[in-house]
Amino acid sequence: MIMWIDLLFEPLQYSFISRALIVCILVGITCPFLGAFVINREMAFMGDALAHAVLPGLVVAYAFGISPFIGALPTGIIVALTIGYIVKKSGVSNDTSIGIVFSGLFSLGLIILSLTGGTKLNVEDILLGQLLGTSITDVYITIGTTVVLSVVLIVFYRQLVFVGFDFQGAKVAGLPADKLDYLLLILITVVIVMSLQVVGIILVVGMLITPAAASSLIVRRFPPVILLGIVFGVLSAVSGLYLSYYFNLPSGPSIAMVSSIIFAICFAASRCLKA
Amino acid sequence: MSYSAPQCLNGCIQCDDVCVEFGNVLVLDEVSFSIPKGVLTGVVGPNGGGKSTLFNALVGLQPIAHGNILVNGLLPGASRGTISYVPQREMVNWRFPLSVKDVVSLGAINRGSIFRKYWFSDNGEVEEALRKVDMWHSKDDLVSNLSGGQRQRTFIARALTQEAEILLLDEAFSGVDISSQEGVIDVLRNLRDEGTTILMATHDLNNLSDRFDEVLCLNRHVCAHGNPESVFTEEVLTELYGSHGEMFAEHRIGHHDHVD
Repeated sequence: MIMWIDLLFEPLQYSFISRALIVCILVGITCPFLGAFVINREMAFMGDALAHAVLPGLVVAYAFGISPFIGALPTGIIVALTIGYIVKKSGVSNDTSIGIVFSGLFSLGLIILSLTGGTKLNVEDILLGQLLGTSITDVYITIGTTVVLSVVLIVFYRQLVFVGFDFQGAKVAGLPADKLDYLLLILITVVIVMSLQVVGIILVVGMLITPAAASSLIVRRFPPVILLGIVFGVLSAVSGLYLSYYFNLPSGPSIAMVSSIIFAICFAASRCLKA
Repeated sequence: MSYSAPQCLNGCIQCDDVCVEFGNVLVLDEVSFSIPKGVLTGVVGPNGGGKSTLFNALVGLQPIAHGNILVNGLLPGASRGTISYVPQREMVNWRFPLSVKDVVSLGAINRGSIFRKYWFSDNGEVEEALRKVDMWHSKDDLVSNLSGGQRQRTFIARALTQEAEILLLDEAFSGVDISSQEGVIDVLRNLRDEGTTILMATHDLNNLSDRFDEVLCLNRHVCAHGNPESVFTEEVLTELYGSHGEMFAEHRIGHHDHVD
C-alpha cells in the first residue's frame, strides 16, 4: 500500500510534473464537458478541424515569443466563426466546408513554420503536445480559462441543450439559437486551445470526444454523460501522465491511448450488459 | 372607456395578402385568413404547398415579401415565446440523450425568473404538463426511445410549460399510428377547450371532420377555409391536388377504375 502511494507522490517532487498534473486535471474536466455536446451534435470533425486550423496562430506566437495561448485563441475563434458562417450560409455541405477551411489553414501554418525555420520550435511538440514543458504561466492561464469556461457553460447550459436538441423549437421559444451555436463553437475552440499543451494538435480531438463517448455507452441521460465523462477524462489525463513518467513515453500519446483503452473497456462492458 | 380594440388579440392569428418568395418561386401567394382564439385548425395541402413555410412565417423565421401577419396582435418576430412549435420529426436531433422530463422542462426556459432561464425548473409544472398529456409514467424515458405518438405528446407538454397561447404542429402525424393519433387529438381538444389556438399541418385527409374545428386548405394560396364538412368541394380538391383530386373524388363515390 505504502509503495503505491509512493508511486503516486514520487513524481510530484519535480515541480514540472506538479505543474503538468494540474493542467492535466483541468483539461480532463473541461474536455469531456464540452465533448458531450460535441458527440451529440456530431461535431467531432469540426473539433479536429479547429485544432488543426489554429496552427498559423500558434506558429506566429512562437515566432514572436509570446504565449501560444494568446496566438492560438484569436485564430481559433476567427476560424470557428468562419466555419460556422460558411456552414450556415453556403450551399457547400457541412463537412466539406469544414474540410476546406481546415486543410487551408493547416497548410498555411506549416508554410509559416518552414519560413520561420531554424527557431527553437519543434514540430513534434506542436503536433503531440509538450506537457512536461508546462510553465507556471501556462498553469495560471489554464486555471483562469477553466473558471471562465465552466461559468459560461453552467450559465448557458440549458439554452445550449435546447438548441442542440431542437434548433427550430428553440428559436420559436425565443432563444437566440444562431448566437448560441456560435457560442458553443467558441467554447469548443477555447477548450481545444487550452488542451494543445497537453495532447497537441493531432490528438486533441481524442481528448475531446473519447471520454464523453465512453461515458455515453455506460450512462444514458445527458447530465450523467457529462459527469462520468469528466471522471474518464481526468482518469485518462492523470494516468497517462504517470505512464509517461514511469515508462518514459511521450505524454500526449499516453494520455490519448489511456482514453482509447477506457473507451474499449466501456464498449466491451456495454456489449456484455446488452447480451 | 371607449377605445378601438386591436383586430387581433391574444391567441389569434391573422394573415393579410402574405407572399413568400424563394428566389423566383412564389411559395405563398396572397395568403389571407384569420383564426380566432381557441380553435383547432388543420392545415392541409400537398407537399410543397407551403404549409411549413406558412408556419415559419407565422413564427418570424421566414421573412415575407409582401402582406401582413399579426400573431397575438404582434408582428411575428415579436410574438416568439408565446408560440410553441412542434417540429417535423426530421428537424429534431433525437441523438441528444434527454429524458421526457428534460425536454418538457425546457419549455419554461424563456419565462419567469432568471434562474429558471439558466438552470432550475419548476418540477410542479413539469409534472402537471406531463399528466395532462398522459406521459407522467414515462417521464424518465429517453425521448429517442419513444413512439411517434409519445414524442408528439412530449412536445405538447413542452408547449404547456412554455404557457404558449398558440401551438403549431408540423406534420404531427407522420410516423404515428392511427390509435396514437387519436390520443394526440384528444390532448389537443382539451387544450383547445382551455383556450389554446392550435394549427396542425397534415397531409392525411382521413377523419378531418372528426378531428378539426376548421380546415385551411393551402396550395400556395388559400383554396378554402372553414368547416371541414363543407369545404371539400370537388373544385377545392382539384385545386389542392390537381388530377389526384379527381382520384379522391372517384374514390369517395366508390369508383376504383382508373381515370383515363
